[in-house]
Amino acid sequence: MRYLLRRSAHAGFLLVGVSLLAFAFTVLVPGSYFDEMRLNPQIAPETIVALRSRYELDRPLPVRYVHWVIGLAHGDMGFSFAYNTPVAPLLLVRARNTLLLTVTAMLLAWGIALPLGIWSADHLGRLPDRLLSWGTAALLLIPDLALALGLLVVAVKMGRLPTGGMVSPNFENLSFFGKASDLLLHMTLPVAALVLSVLPLLVRHVRAAVAEVLVAPFLLAAEGHGIPRRTLLYRYALAAAGNPLIALFGFSIGTLLSGSLLIEVVMSWPGLGPFLLEAILARDIYVVIGGVLLSTLFLVGGNFLADLLLYWADPRIRTESSA
Amino acid sequence: MTAKGNEAIEPLVRVENLVKHYSKKRLLGSGEEVRAVDGVSFSIFRGTTLAIVGESGSGKSTLALCLACLERPTSGNIWFEETGLSGLMEKDRRVIHRQIQLIFQDPANSFNPRWSVLKILTEPLVVQGNLGGGEMKSSAYALLEQVGLSPQLGEKRPSELSGGQRQRLAIARALGLRPKLLILDESLSALDCSLQAQIANLLMELQTSLQMTYVFISHDLAMAAHLADEIAVMSRGQIVERGAPETILTHPESSISRELLAAVPRLDFSRPRLAES
Repeated sequence: MRYLLRRSAHAGFLLVGVSLLAFAFTVLVPGSYFDEMRLNPQIAPETIVALRSRYELDRPLPVRYVHWVIGLAHGDMGFSFAYNTPVAPLLLVRARNTLLLTVTAMLLAWGIALPLGIWSADHLGRLPDRLLSWGTAALLLIPDLALALGLLVVAVKMGRLPTGGMVSPNFENLSFFGKASDLLLHMTLPVAALVLSVLPLLVRHVRAAVAEVLVAPFLLAAEGHGIPRRTLLYRYALAAAGNPLIALFGFSIGTLLSGSLLIEVVMSWPGLGPFLLEAILARDIYVVIGGVLLSTLFLVGGNFLADLLLYWADPRIRTESSA
Repeated sequence: MTAKGNEAIEPLVRVENLVKHYSKKRLLGSGEEVRAVDGVSFSIFRGTTLAIVGESGSGKSTLALCLACLERPTSGNIWFEETGLSGLMEKDRRVIHRQIQLIFQDPANSFNPRWSVLKILTEPLVVQGNLGGGEMKSSAYALLEQVGLSPQLGEKRPSELSGGQRQRLAIARALGLRPKLLILDESLSALDCSLQAQIANLLMELQTSLQMTYVFISHDLAMAAHLADEIAVMSRGQIVERGAPETILTHPESSISRELLAAVPRLDFSRPRLAES
């Protein structure tokens, strides 16, 4: 229990810290949303001053931060100047889209990486393993952006997959299955790009972790007891190699989220990525802060999930924390 | 228990010209070859103990792994009863695994560190698959008793046990499958003298009561002579000398045997060493 409390406290501190930094940095950046209005002769300078004071842009930083935190406690994430509506509903829709992408990519990437890595470790040093190693190394070398663009090129040449957006224009008129398959088709490219960007890293880690425990005497002993190879690999070796892999799981959430921001922009997926980019360029500060905070929340949540998994998977951590 | 009287009976294990080479793989091409076991032949008769003695690096442990069917020999064959071990499919190998148990050099590492003693003992029994949960538990306790461990240790983890307790646990686990052949790879070497004697006595009692066959691998010529019916001295992957313990202790032929003999601390093995066990 103490372990979990400590982990939650960690997560809380992190969130507070990130919110402070995000707030400070966005606010300290020179210029504001209303600066562009000054160039517009049709808007009176008084109006701008009034707007600035209405949104507290003229108040000192700590006061604004405190007000923002109080608002946050009431579910109010501030106001978007550009959209002229509260930030929260805007962000939530985008966050949902981003999560749809990252969670799918995550499940898919791990679903492929685990069997592939284990298989590779089982054939360590033989030709298929070496080919796979070369393959993953090559894939690691390609930057995410190039990968995404390459996929787009291929998709355009094939002409079968939609290359942007989340749904087709006639989405509302489709049946339930039509909607599902339309969404799936649109998801294919960004998910593929995301999966390919993390897959080599995951495969290599799984391979290394499993290969390391495969030579452990207790696994040899288990083989000597006549435990079937499959059980040995998927239950014994994977459990023993679990800790670094669970930590990697938490880490991969972060990689996927940040990768997703980029790939969403490239593939025009209506997630947090393009939304944040647009808000940053427009100095729509509450959207930026909210977006950053929400991404951090996902990241922290993912890592907390990893910690929970670790707690569940390794009895040694349980005994350590109860002692 | 002497091998001589059983000459007419089929041996339990027959090793024919066994060779195991390891090649150190390089990135490109093949590297040098290590001849861990280089043409070894011998037989072991039921209910006897064969000691394989040699310096470290002489190929003893590799031979043990090959015997336990955990390493595929490069060439040569091992016959266990009527079965040739080299060409076995995985399914048949699992059947053989149950009958040949290897106790590893370092028992501490041969247990899954996350498991309790009870789980460690029941794991091999799960493979047999014909026992219920309750039966497995009671046979695990029976095994603990058989090797002189307290049933209270059942809930502990291997890291909480002492060296001697771990060694006993390793023996108990191996016994769980009722193997016909038990291979002990340097099983006593890491223990202090009194514990060595305790475990050695335990092994000899178990051999008499369960009619087991042992392969005892050690660099300790004195202990080997104490336990074995026959000693084979290994050097550089080959058996350089074979014979009854008394012969090798008194008239060693090879230089390796003489060196190993010189390394034995002066102890009188004719004296009963320890009463408690």
